[in-house]
Amino acid sequence: MRNLKLDIDNYRNLLKQYIKFLDENALYQAEQFSKLSIQHNISPEEIINVHIQALKELYPDLPKEVDYSLNFLLETMISYGLAYQEMQSLREQQLELKSEISVAANMQQTLLSTEKPNIKGVDIGAISVPANQMNGDYYHFVSDNQQSIGVAIADVIGKGIPAALAMSMIKYSMDSFSESQRNPCSILENLNRVVERNVDQGMFITMFYGLYNLNSETFSYASAGHEPGLFYHASTNEFREIKTKGLVLGVSKDTTYQQYEIEISHGDMIILLTDGVTECRVGNRFIEREEVLEVIKKYIHLPAQEAVEQVYKHFERLQGFQLRDDFTLIIIRKNV
Amino acid sequence: MNFQTCVNIQKEWDIVGARQLGRDRAKEIGFGTVDQARIATAISELARNIYLYAGTGKICFEMMNDINQKGLLVIATDNGPGIKDISQVMEDGYTTSGGLGAGLPGVKRLMDEFDIISDPGKGTEIRAIKWVR
Ligand SMILES: Nc1ncnc2c1ncn2[C@@H]1O[C@H](COP(=O)(O)OP(=O)(O)O)[C@@H](O)[C@H]1O
Ligand SMILES: [Mg+2]
Repeated sequence: MRNLKLDIDNYRNLLKQYIKFLDENALYQAEQFSKLSIQHNISPEEIINVHIQALKELYPDLPKEVDYSLNFLLETMISYGLAYQEMQSLREQQLELKSEISVAANMQQTLLSTEKPNIKGVDIGAISVPANQMNGDYYHFVSDNQQSIGVAIADVIGKGIPAALAMSMIKYSMDSFSESQRNPCSILENLNRVVERNVDQGMFITMFYGLYNLNSETFSYASAGHEPGLFYHASTNEFREIKTKGLVLGVSKDTTYQQYEIEISHGDMIILLTDGVTECRVGNRFIEREEVLEVIKKYIHLPAQEAVEQVYKHFERLQGFQLRDDFTLIIIRKNV
Repeated sequence: MNFQTCVNIQKEWDIVGARQLGRDRAKEIGFGTVDQARIATAISELARNIYLYAGTGKICFEMMNDINQKGLLVIATDNGPGIKDISQVMEDGYTTSGGLGAGLPGVKRLMDEFDIISDPGKGTEIRAIKWVR
């Protein structure tokens, strides 16, 4: 149907057939005609013009009032045609943007990728899923030797591309800190200065940093206003909130962070998360923290990686497969 | 026979006058109904912009007579504030009418050729041509 534009004959025949027999087939053909016209970027006023031409050929003695009224209709349709063309072009632009963003998202994944440390006696699971294409959550493991595991989890207040850009900055600053700065509190203090200097006011980053020392069987940590994680104490079979104090990164350049420490025994677990987990929304209701705990408990018997994936799947489904916020969950379990 | 006919734009009613004159010229030149309607819509947009943003100005028409085609040139001129960022104004979706598809990008679509010269503080001249098919 390449010459559809000029295919007034076809239209006239359909119109004639319909007027004579009021026949459904003609209407079906008209539907096809209209779809093809859309495909070929033919605007409504042109269709009306084809209609006018066909009608005049079929009924040469049409009263002139009818003729005028059809011209009136044609004029009225011009703006619809324009709006339609604009929408088409915006749609193309949107596709372009989408593919650009997906390239950026891939790049971000490569830039921020981290490897889960593979250390005997420690079982680690981690998952991070963005609500949109770019992730404003971030987690990172540092493990230079078999004696310690550093773990960072962070969340930019805000989503999308600006959040993702800010996260890349965090990662590269952390890489540049020297060995002597590997204390959770000094890491946060250093990062705080970087964020305060480089990030717009109004963009805040929360972060938790922990250092698990396998020799001393301790976990030391500090938090910059990050969503509290959980400890599981195997001996008492209890979950406890990891209570911390500390201002979010980037508010004031002299912020100091308190460092805490706990002992980690056989079977104990450290559970870290972002507010995408705890502030998961179902309809208009935020779920309660207890509900989150219930879900975690349900899967906690599984190997750590499977457990975080199952918890994620649970909340993904609960939210109708449309995450409202980036979701990150880490489980670290001492196995021996 | 390259003479111009013009309509001054001072009040909203003048937009109608510009449309009418433009349509008459288009008919003379031999445009069909669809193109007449498109030209009239383009004139509306240009005249409205003068009325809204510059206060006063004029819309002129010139018949184009190339070797192998005929056309209508529409020129909208004013001494208003001018347009600072033309590229931005030409982006789809920028117009304050948002989503109606009209505005200057609409004029560009309705016509075959389109050009803007504008100096902030001095004024704006927009030229648009439609060729008879
Ligand atoms: N003749 C003019 N003089 C000054 N500014 C203009 C003129 N025409 C258009 N503009 C500016 O360009 C913008 C876009 O115009 P247009 O595409 O017609 O959309 P809209 O009139 O709906 O905003 C206007 O909002 C106005 O700021
Ligand atoms: Mg306008």
